[in-house]
Amino acid sequence: MSSNTLRRRWPLLLPPLLWQLAFFLLPLLFLFVISFWSISNFRLQPDLTLKNWDFMLSRSAFWSAYGHTWVLALGAAIVTTCCSFPAACSLAFTVPERTRKLALMFLVVPFFTSYLVRVYSWQAFLSDNGIVNALFGVLGIDPLPMLNTNFGSLVGYVTLSLPLVTLVQTMGLAQIDRSLIEAAQNLRAGPVRTLFNVIIPLGKPSLVVGALFAFILAFGDFVAPTYLGGGAPPTLSNLIIDTTKSGQQWPRAAVVAIVMILTLVATSLVAVRLAYGRRK
Amino acid sequence: MLRFARWFGWAYTAYTFVFILAPIVASLVFSFNADRFPALPLTGFTADWYRATFTDPLIIEAFQRSLMVAIPVASLSTVLGFCAAYCDYRFVFRGKSLFSLLMLLPPTIPAVIMGLGMLSYLSRINIAGEIGAVLISHVVIALPFAMAMIRLRLAQMDDALEEASWNLHASPAQTLWHVVIPFCKQSLIASFLITAAVSFDEFAVAWFVSGLNETVPVRVLVFLQGQVSPVINAIGTVVFSSSILLVAMGMAFSGVGKAKQSGAGGSPA
Repeated sequence: MSSNTLRRRWPLLLPPLLWQLAFFLLPLLFLFVISFWSISNFRLQPDLTLKNWDFMLSRSAFWSAYGHTWVLALGAAIVTTCCSFPAACSLAFTVPERTRKLALMFLVVPFFTSYLVRVYSWQAFLSDNGIVNALFGVLGIDPLPMLNTNFGSLVGYVTLSLPLVTLVQTMGLAQIDRSLIEAAQNLRAGPVRTLFNVIIPLGKPSLVVGALFAFILAFGDFVAPTYLGGGAPPTLSNLIIDTTKSGQQWPRAAVVAIVMILTLVATSLVAVRLAYGRRK
Repeated sequence: MLRFARWFGWAYTAYTFVFILAPIVASLVFSFNADRFPALPLTGFTADWYRATFTDPLIIEAFQRSLMVAIPVASLSTVLGFCAAYCDYRFVFRGKSLFSLLMLLPPTIPAVIMGLGMLSYLSRINIAGEIGAVLISHVVIALPFAMAMIRLRLAQMDDALEEASWNLHASPAQTLWHVVIPFCKQSLIASFLITAAVSFDEFAVAWFVSGLNETVPVRVLVFLQGQVSPVINAIGTVVFSSSILLVAMGMAFSGVGKAKQSGAGGSPA
């Protein structure tokens, strides 16, 4: 049996395996390799030099972009988690399963629809004489600058990840054993206490994983910070694009990319630890 | 108190959907607005922006190119995704979790990094700047979605189904063709539609590797880098409609109805 299965799994296993090795893993490894290459006469030359690393990591512009990206992504993770939690609670605990499934479907659809156009559309809401400020005018509130601020970037990030985060949270919260919540209420815990001592601790994995998704998406996104955040100061993704597109300095851009990947791996490890670690 | 919390929850959820839908609706409304600049109050109805969209040769070419990429991407990633999902479902082998990780990881890598990696790697093997480069990159990105959807369906399959087929002397290949694939048919269609939508909407990697062969979202990105143009709303509305249609059809095929028929508690969409 085992040799039989061994033989007949290769025709199925090899095509996807080879494809992802050749066109996913190798390109990423290749980035690591070219970060040690040099550029001469506008062409990539195989080399073994640390000067790209030295150039990027010694510049304060790189580190300020790094800090800016981190703060924005962390903000996006916190804001998105808080924004989607009430909706996730509502969908997980107070509606019948049919309605929940339908709502989740409505959440999945926008996740796959052009993020680029949605961000462009937000410009019309957030600009100085845009829809939101027009509404403020009706209410007698002075217009607020929103476009080309960090708030603008955050709106974009929330647009990007809110559907996914709400989905993850709802699925996590829906799995909580209802009798635990009822038990808390029978023991006279108020709604607030039930929320903080029962629902949030039990839903922690989904809350953390949702926040991690929001962080990853925001950390790598260049559309929201460019078209809603004004593009200054640049984020790491902006830095990669500028370095690649206008400077043709692929090795230097590769350095930024590798630092980003390492950051995301480290953040994911910490988050997974946080989500699942303290339970036996 | 509790009833209040419940109503608040529902109102909040409704508000969430408004937040998600607002940019899509605004794009639709402004695409018919006479004023060049998207602002209230609306100044009048016009179809000019659609006329401008569908007479611009660059946009028409971009639409053709997007289709030329999306269809092979959807086919290829559905086939490869099925292979990967079936391997994950059926076989036990060393390094299996590593295999699944490799299959599912691409969407978590920032698109800009994928774009740079693809650009440098594919130009090394002389494919960058061509439509094939976009195709290859999009399969890498879409395959995980195909695999995940088909894997969910396989999880609903009764083990006895395949065993019965083997007992009746069907070869593994015959079993795959006559039993497993028909069982997964709807999720295969769903995966085709959704991976087509993924390819149709992907702009960042395509922007890096496509060179002069712009796809629709790359064209939109180029527009965005220029000045405000109401044409974006018109293209956007066309793109929204087509991808919403694709994804909604995909969702309809993948989930809702079938959970009952298989008996086992349905998996979440």
